[in-house]
Amino acid sequence: MAKAYTPGLKVSARTRHRVRRLLPVPGEVRVKVGDRVEASTVVAETFTEGDLMPMKLAALLGCTPKELPSMLLKKVGDTVKKDEPIARSKGIFGFGKTEAKAAADGTLESVSESSGLAIIRGEKFPIRVLAYMPGTVVEVLPHEGVIIENEASLVQGIFGIGGEVFGPIVLACKSRDEELHEDSLTPAMKGSVVIGGARMSAAAVRRAREVGAAAVISGGMDDQDLRDFLGYDLGVAITGSEKTGLTLVITEGFGDIAMARRTFALLAAHAGRGASVNGATQIRAGVMRPEIVVPLDGMDPAKLAGLEAAKDAGREAGSLEIGTLVRVIRDPHFGVIGTVAALPEKPAVLGSGSKARVLEVAIENAGNVTIPRANVELIEG
Amino acid sequence: MSSPAPASTRTPPAPDRIKVVVATDCGSTTTKAILIQQQPDGSYRQTHRGEAPTTVEEPFADVTIGVLNSVTELEELSGRRLVTDDGQILRRASADDPNGCDVYISTSSAGGGLQMMVAGVVKQMTAESAKRAALGAGAIVMDTIAANDNRKPHEQIQRIRELRPDMVLISGGTDGGDSKKVVELAELIAPAKPRPRFGSEYRLPIIFAGNKDAAPAVRKVFDGPGFDLAVVDNLRPVLEYENLGPAREKIHDVFLEHVMAHAPGYDKLISWADAPIMPTPGAVGDILQEIARQRGINAVGVDIGGATTDVFSVFTPAGAPVFNRTVSANLGMSYSISNVCAEAGMANVLRWVHIEMDERELRNRVKNKMIRPTTIPQTREALIFEQAVAREALRLAYVQHKDFATTLKGVQQQRTVGDAFSQKEAGQSIVDNMKLDLLVASGGVLSHAPQMEQTAAMLIDSFEPEGFTELAKDSIFMMPHLGVLASVHAKAAMEVFERDCLILLGTSIAAKGITKPGKSCFSYTINGGGLSERGEMKFGEIKLLRLGAGQTARAEITPERGFDVGAGPGKPMSREVRGGTVGIVLDARGRPLSLPDDPTQRRATIARWVKALELYPD
Repeated sequence: MAKAYTPGLKVSARTRHRVRRLLPVPGEVRVKVGDRVEASTVVAETFTEGDLMPMKLAALLGCTPKELPSMLLKKVGDTVKKDEPIARSKGIFGFGKTEAKAAADGTLESVSESSGLAIIRGEKFPIRVLAYMPGTVVEVLPHEGVIIENEASLVQGIFGIGGEVFGPIVLACKSRDEELHEDSLTPAMKGSVVIGGARMSAAAVRRAREVGAAAVISGGMDDQDLRDFLGYDLGVAITGSEKTGLTLVITEGFGDIAMARRTFALLAAHAGRGASVNGATQIRAGVMRPEIVVPLDGMDPAKLAGLEAAKDAGREAGSLEIGTLVRVIRDPHFGVIGTVAALPEKPAVLGSGSKARVLEVAIENAGNVTIPRANVELIEG
Repeated sequence: MSSPAPASTRTPPAPDRIKVVVATDCGSTTTKAILIQQQPDGSYRQTHRGEAPTTVEEPFADVTIGVLNSVTELEELSGRRLVTDDGQILRRASADDPNGCDVYISTSSAGGGLQMMVAGVVKQMTAESAKRAALGAGAIVMDTIAANDNRKPHEQIQRIRELRPDMVLISGGTDGGDSKKVVELAELIAPAKPRPRFGSEYRLPIIFAGNKDAAPAVRKVFDGPGFDLAVVDNLRPVLEYENLGPAREKIHDVFLEHVMAHAPGYDKLISWADAPIMPTPGAVGDILQEIARQRGINAVGVDIGGATTDVFSVFTPAGAPVFNRTVSANLGMSYSISNVCAEAGMANVLRWVHIEMDERELRNRVKNKMIRPTTIPQTREALIFEQAVAREALRLAYVQHKDFATTLKGVQQQRTVGDAFSQKEAGQSIVDNMKLDLLVASGGVLSHAPQMEQTAAMLIDSFEPEGFTELAKDSIFMMPHLGVLASVHAKAAMEVFERDCLILLGTSIAAKGITKPGKSCFSYTINGGGLSERGEMKFGEIKLLRLGAGQTARAEITPERGFDVGAGPGKPMSREVRGGTVGIVLDARGRPLSLPDDPTQRRATIARWVKALELYPD
């Protein structure tokens, strides 16, 4: 049995999904094991130290650093207000005194007799971690955060931008191969997770932002349109912190490419249900893909059973064997989905002249094509 | 060179007792092992290689599992037992023991390598020297903070807070000079409390290599919890002199004692090794310096990866060899391919392509490679495009390297009357392509190109070597292993480097200068190694003469007036040249290399070069 070189993206109708919600620095956890949380519940909170504002105090007062202690009007540790005098020079015979005023609100943290530098530390500010996914708290990591669990459908995208959002799923395209155009987006989609089909156009994305959609999910997008939307060319795939007011997820890749059949069917089946979406993508060691998580709370059992039946059965995750469903992830057959028809042992010479291990993929209505094994990924359930 | 072994490392046997060496390089994704054995004639050869996935990350979280897996592969291939029953590297019990090894050594870049922040008082002087020390030690420099870096102090502090370095190197001030500025720098860094990558318990190592008079005040600043300060000799004790050795050695020590010790399984790995575990690029730099020293040459090495491109150089501008290394973060062939296109501009990438391609479609392909970085070009068109991107990545990385590898800035130049009209200034690049003797390539796109001619062409187009330059590639990226081996057995390292590591592609002979296309550039006579060639090269032409590996020939080049091949403009030069898997490339395309602006003409020009070098044979 051969291993796929490229792990596939998860498209799972029903899985027990866990999310770790951690603070960046130690703090307080606000919930306990067994608590039921909603996406917007604050599960942990802390305060981070305020901004630092250095002041060249000796230079401001025209004295040496050693002379500073006798000129201070505030002690180290005192609270100061912006523009409040914190030190005053002695002047000459009491005349011509110079005052140094605090550059910011905060606490006088240090005054150096070596360099003459004073540092004011600003007020602490809060950091709150939300639950992101509705579910049950199954573990509390003291001072760090929690683990939340729920039964959910999970779809991993290949690439996304923008942070975590939550909203009801709304279908904007009728089929997986329909392009998403601006006229499919309406003001009623405000706050929603909009599902497209194939490529999302630049105008559609702009319109989605105008109507206040929370996220748009579609099969593909042109790089040129992404660049226009972001206002810059993305150099490396480390995203999630964009302040574009809209989270975007593409499920297949860049270009005009239809959403995978199973992905579209799964998302369409959840129309009206709430979904947690995170566009953050990190393609480095410890890869992170964007995701769409749809909790299954209160779902009609018959519908749930129908979803599960669509799932591939009896295949070991991560294995390539005859009959495995794969997606071709590089030209000249980019985006094509087919089943593995043959796994030759010996390397073959490619059109590029390189030698590599290959496989044959059977494509519906198009026969078999030979593809380097590195250029396919599994469609995992 | 390498730092002294910390207490936890074994002491290697004397060089004359070393017959069998096992070396590993623990990369981010793959751990590569090689076996080196002494031959009956006394020489050292690399005999087997094995590899296995690196196991630093969950679920294994122990680097030694991947090491043992790769060494087990060596064991299976060589028939020599190298792993003990309890899972350790087996040592030879006696001189005639058929199992085990005498020395085990390793490098590591797993877990993102060594990430540092450096700081200095003046950006162009002490901060740059600090950066040179950190890069030379094999680190990734996340940011360089300097008093004059055009950022406001609170912006600098904010930046320091965002970074999560493994350690910080601070420099500033000459010995006996002003202390105030460097203390001020320390006072900005300490309260910002940069958080280390490894856990909150980790005390962030700070290395101070600045004005020795400022050391007591700096100690006071970092006296609190959370820091571990080490003070070493000033890396710029006087303006005219850079003393990077002590700082580099301390970086290696701290890398071992703090950074590696926090990475999963490294405590065990350190205890196995007979020499300190080195950061991979640091070891590559060491072997390149060793080659340059032993052969008395100037050399440049390049390693182009998926995310970054490292360039190493050893040049001898004023009697003593000077080593420089740069890391061009975000110039790479997969994770960073999109950034290469953005930084170079798609027009610059496409100028190397001789067939029509649709730019909008190419943009999508670039992004698809970025998000699925492990894919490979299947078609010739995809390969041509990828090699065009590589040319630009290499070109940009080399430009950055040349800008960084300079004579010391801020030094008063002593000028004589004769110098009055020369434009030489402090801070000039010491990288001189005319003096470059050897250019070594490594990294997937160069090492795995289907045709060796493609590797040679990528090197020539992007580095633009002048005069006579040997071109080579690292066969299986063995340079890191040999860099560490050089610290315990320099002779063995050199022998393996020459015989097994380097694949000589051949020699590039290029004339520096510009004229009109079609005008004469230089004439040549080449005899030896089965070649008896004579002719004239017209400006804009490139020609390949096959001269096989191990063969040499005498080349006599007579440049036209205004062209230089090493002896000066218009002066002839005669030299022995080595062949290789490609041969001799006569390059009369001029330096600097330029291409026609008109797209049709440009494509036709590139097509002629492609044909002349037999780059993409049918």
